[in-house]
Amino acid sequence: MDAPIKTENKKLKVVGTRPLRPDGIAKVTGLARFGADFSLPGMLCGKILRSPHAHARIRSIDTSKAQALPGVKAVMTAADLPDQKFEYVGRGRADVNFWHATRNIMAREKALYEGHAVAAVAAVNKSIAEQALGLIEVDYEVLPHVIDVDAAMQPDAPLLFEDMITRDVQPPPVKPSNISKRNELNLGDVAAGFASADEVVEMSFKTKPVHQGYIEPQACLARFDADGQAELWASSQGHFVIRAATAKLLGMNIGNLRVHPAEIGGGFGGKNAPAIEPVALVLARKSGHPVKIVLSREEVFKSCGPAAGSSMTVKIGVTKDGKIVAAEGVFKFQAGAFPTSPVMNGCMTAFSPYDIANVRSIGYDVVSNRPKTTAYRAPGSQIAAFAAESVVDMAAAKLGVDPLEFRLKNIAKPGARTVGGAKHMHEGFAQTIQAMMKHPAYSAPLGKNQGRGVASGYWFNNAGESSAALHINEDGSVLLSTGSADLSGTRASMAMMAAETLGIEYDQVRSIVADTGSIGFSHLAAGSRTTYATGIAVVNVCKKVIEQLCARAAMMWDIKVEDVVWEDGCAKRADKSGEVLTLKAIAAKRAATGGPIGAELSVNAGGHAPGFSTEMCDVEVDPETGQVKVLRFVVAQDVGRAIHPSYVEGQMQGSASQGIGWALNEEYVYDKSGRLENPGFLDYRIPVASDLPHIDTILVEVPNPNHPYGVKGVGEVNFVPSIAAVANAVSHAVGRRMNDLPLSPHKILRAMR
Amino acid sequence: MAKHHVTATVNGDAVEFLCDTQQSLLDVLRDELGLTGTKEGCSTGDCGACTVTVDGRPVCSCLVLGVEAAGKSIQTIEGMASGSKLHPLQRKFLEHAALQCGYCTPGILMSARALLERNPDPTEEEVRLWLAGNLCRCTGFHKIIDAVLDAASEMRKG
Repeated sequence: MDAPIKTENKKLKVVGTRPLRPDGIAKVTGLARFGADFSLPGMLCGKILRSPHAHARIRSIDTSKAQALPGVKAVMTAADLPDQKFEYVGRGRADVNFWHATRNIMAREKALYEGHAVAAVAAVNKSIAEQALGLIEVDYEVLPHVIDVDAAMQPDAPLLFEDMITRDVQPPPVKPSNISKRNELNLGDVAAGFASADEVVEMSFKTKPVHQGYIEPQACLARFDADGQAELWASSQGHFVIRAATAKLLGMNIGNLRVHPAEIGGGFGGKNAPAIEPVALVLARKSGHPVKIVLSREEVFKSCGPAAGSSMTVKIGVTKDGKIVAAEGVFKFQAGAFPTSPVMNGCMTAFSPYDIANVRSIGYDVVSNRPKTTAYRAPGSQIAAFAAESVVDMAAAKLGVDPLEFRLKNIAKPGARTVGGAKHMHEGFAQTIQAMMKHPAYSAPLGKNQGRGVASGYWFNNAGESSAALHINEDGSVLLSTGSADLSGTRASMAMMAAETLGIEYDQVRSIVADTGSIGFSHLAAGSRTTYATGIAVVNVCKKVIEQLCARAAMMWDIKVEDVVWEDGCAKRADKSGEVLTLKAIAAKRAATGGPIGAELSVNAGGHAPGFSTEMCDVEVDPETGQVKVLRFVVAQDVGRAIHPSYVEGQMQGSASQGIGWALNEEYVYDKSGRLENPGFLDYRIPVASDLPHIDTILVEVPNPNHPYGVKGVGEVNFVPSIAAVANAVSHAVGRRMNDLPLSPHKILRAMR
Repeated sequence: MAKHHVTATVNGDAVEFLCDTQQSLLDVLRDELGLTGTKEGCSTGDCGACTVTVDGRPVCSCLVLGVEAAGKSIQTIEGMASGSKLHPLQRKFLEHAALQCGYCTPGILMSARALLERNPDPTEEEVRLWLAGNLCRCTGFHKIIDAVLDAASEMRKG
C-alpha cells in the first residue's frame, strides 16, 4: 500500500460536504436498472422447484415430463453441477466449504430445509415454467427435523449430516452431532477474575432468526455462449466475489465469466454470495438461450438465508467501585442447514468495548433445518451484544450507577487487549458515550410505563482488496471507475475523495461502478470496508495521475518535473511565475506529450480502524395491549471522518430501524412440520414509517490516521448495540429483564402481570 | 387462451397492450410496456414498491390486473418529472439523501405525490401514516419524512 497523503494542514473543500449523488436522477426517475430490469433477445424465464419438507432424503427426481412440456427449454438438477471437495477455506470466523455451498444451491442427497432448491426449469414464459415445476416428480423420504438451536444440540436430535464431528474439540467427539464447531477464546484467568468480583450478574437469552429484509428480491440474467463465454447481470454486494464463487460452482474458468453489477436494492450482508446465479447459468448453458431468474418474496424468505437465531448465557463480575473484572459468555448460534454462522464474531466482539482483564467466550456453530445463515450487518455481533449489553445494564442497575457512567469507567482504551488477542489501537469510543450524555434526549424526563435503554457496540470493520481507475478525458473531464458495488452512496463518496485529491470540483468527476471485465478485482461491499479501502485505491490512483499530469505539464513548459507542483486542480510552475495549466489544457496536448492520461491501481489495504457506537432508546409500553412504542432513538458513532455526512447519518438511522424491528417484531415462525408460517411482509413485519420516531444522529469524528481523509467504516457498528438499547429500554419500562426476542406484545403482557 | 387487448392511458399517452387474464398491472408495466421503474418487492401488496396511481388513486400495481387498466389513466414513476424538470419530491429526495439503495424510491415517490395532491400541508404524523404501506429497509424513514415535508412546504409556496 502506498503511504497515505497527509491532509492535516489542508482545509478540506469537498470531503464533509453534502453534494447530490451521481446515480440520484436515475433512482428517482425509475431509470436505474436493478437485477430484474435487464433483458436480452430470446430470454427465457427460469423457475426453481423447492422442497416442501424441512428434512427429507431425495430418493429420486424424474424430470422427463417437465422436459417434454412444449415451451420448456431446459431442466436442471444438482447432477448438472460438479461436486466439490469437502474442505473449509477462508478465515475461521467466516469460512466456506464448497461441498456445502453446491448443496445449498441445489440439494443432492437430502433436502435440508423447506424451500431448499431441488430442480429448476427454463421456459419461454413464466406460466409454462411454473407448470413445468409441477411436472417434476421428486420421491422424498421425509425425516424428522429440528430447528431450534438448543434442540439441535441435544444428543438425540435428528442429524442433518450423519458424519458431522464437531471441529476444534480435542480429542474429537466420537459421536456425530449437529454441532459443526466449538470455539473458545480466553484472556487472563476467568475463575480468579470472578473470585475477585463483589457482584456477579448472569442471565440467559434467546433470539430468533430474522431476515435482512432488503426490498429487492434476488434477480439475475445469465447468458452462456456456445464457446463457453458467459455473462451475468446480477444484483450483489460484490460482482467479483459472485464471479469467483459462481465459476467455482460451475467448474468453469473465472476468465470465461463476466459479471455486470446491477443496481442493488438492499443487501445488508444477504447478497454476498451467489444464490441463483449458478442456476441461471446452467439453465442458459443447457438451453442455449439467456435465462432470467427473479425470486418471489416467499422464496427470498425461505431460501436466501436469514441471520442466525441464538441461545446465550452471559455472566460478568464487577467490583463495588464499578470495574468489570471478569466476563464469560456462551454463545450458541444456528447456522442453518450448513455450517458457519457468525458465532465467532459474537465471541470476539461481545466484551470488546470494555477493558476486562479476564474473559472467556465460547461459541457453538450449530446446523438445523432452516435456510443457511447469511451475513446481516455486523453479523453475529449484534446478537451477542444483546446478551452482553443487557448484562452490563443489569450490573449498572445493581451497583446503582448511571449505565453510561458505568460504561465510560470500563471502556477499552488503546493498548487494552480483546479476548480475540488483538490490542485496541484507536480512540473514539469514550467520545460516543460523552456525546450521548450531553444529548438533551438523555436527560428528557420519562413518564409512566416509559423506559430508557442505552447500549454500546464494537465492530472490527475491514479493509482488503480494491481497485480504482482514473482517466482524464480528452476535454479534461474526469472518469473514475471502481469495482465496488454502490449500496448507498458509494459513487458519491468516491467522486468526493477524487475531487478532493485532484483539487477539482465534485461535478467534474464522473463516478461509475465498473464490471468484472473493466477493472481489477475488488472485494465485497461488506464489512464496512468500501469507503475505507476503495477510498484508498481512489486517492492513490489520483496521486498517480497527478504525477503524470505534472510530467506532461513539465514537457509543455519544457522544464524539469521537480519544478511543477499540483495545486487547486492545476499544474503550477514552482518558480512563482504564477503560470498554470488546467486539466483541460493538459488534456488538449496529451497526444504530443505521450498519449492518453490515466491509471489503474489496486490495493490490499490494511490499517482500518474498528468502529464504536453508543445508542439510546426511549420506549413506552401499553399495559393494556403489550404494544411498545419507540419514543426517541439517538445514535452516537465514531465515524472517523464522514465523507458525505448525509449518507453516514442514513446508515445510522437505518441501523436503528433494523434494530427496533429485530428487538420488537421480527422472527421466523415455524409450524410443527418445520414449514415457515410467515414468509411475507404482512406477517414478517419490518418497521414502517409510522412505527418509528425521528432518529437523531451524533457523528463523532476521531480520524483514522491510516486513511488519507480519516475514514473508519460506518455501515455496521451502528447496528451492534441497537437491539440491546431497545431491549434495555423495554426492560426498564416493564420493570423486568426481557431476555427472549422478539419482545412481542404477548411477552410484554406476561412480564407486566 | 387468447390474450386480452387493452387500451389505457399511461403517463398521459394512449397505450395498447395484450395481456393474459392473470397478468398483474405490475407485470404489464414491466414486461409488456418496458416501464421497469415500477418495482416488485413482494407481489402481495405488502411493500408498496410497485405503487402507481390509477385515475389518481395510489394502488399496489401487483394487486391490480392488467385488464383492469382498460380505459383508465395510469401514472408511473417514469411520468413524474416534466421532461427534464424533476418533480419537487424527486428533487427533495436527492437533496435530503432520502434514498440509499433506491429500490423502494419510485413507489414512495408515487405515494407521497398522491398524499400531497390530497393534503398539501400534512403533519409529520400524517406523512408517516400515509407512507406506512411503503417499506424501506435502508433509511429508517427519517430523511424520507423530512424530504416529503420540505417538498410540501416548497410546493405550497408555489
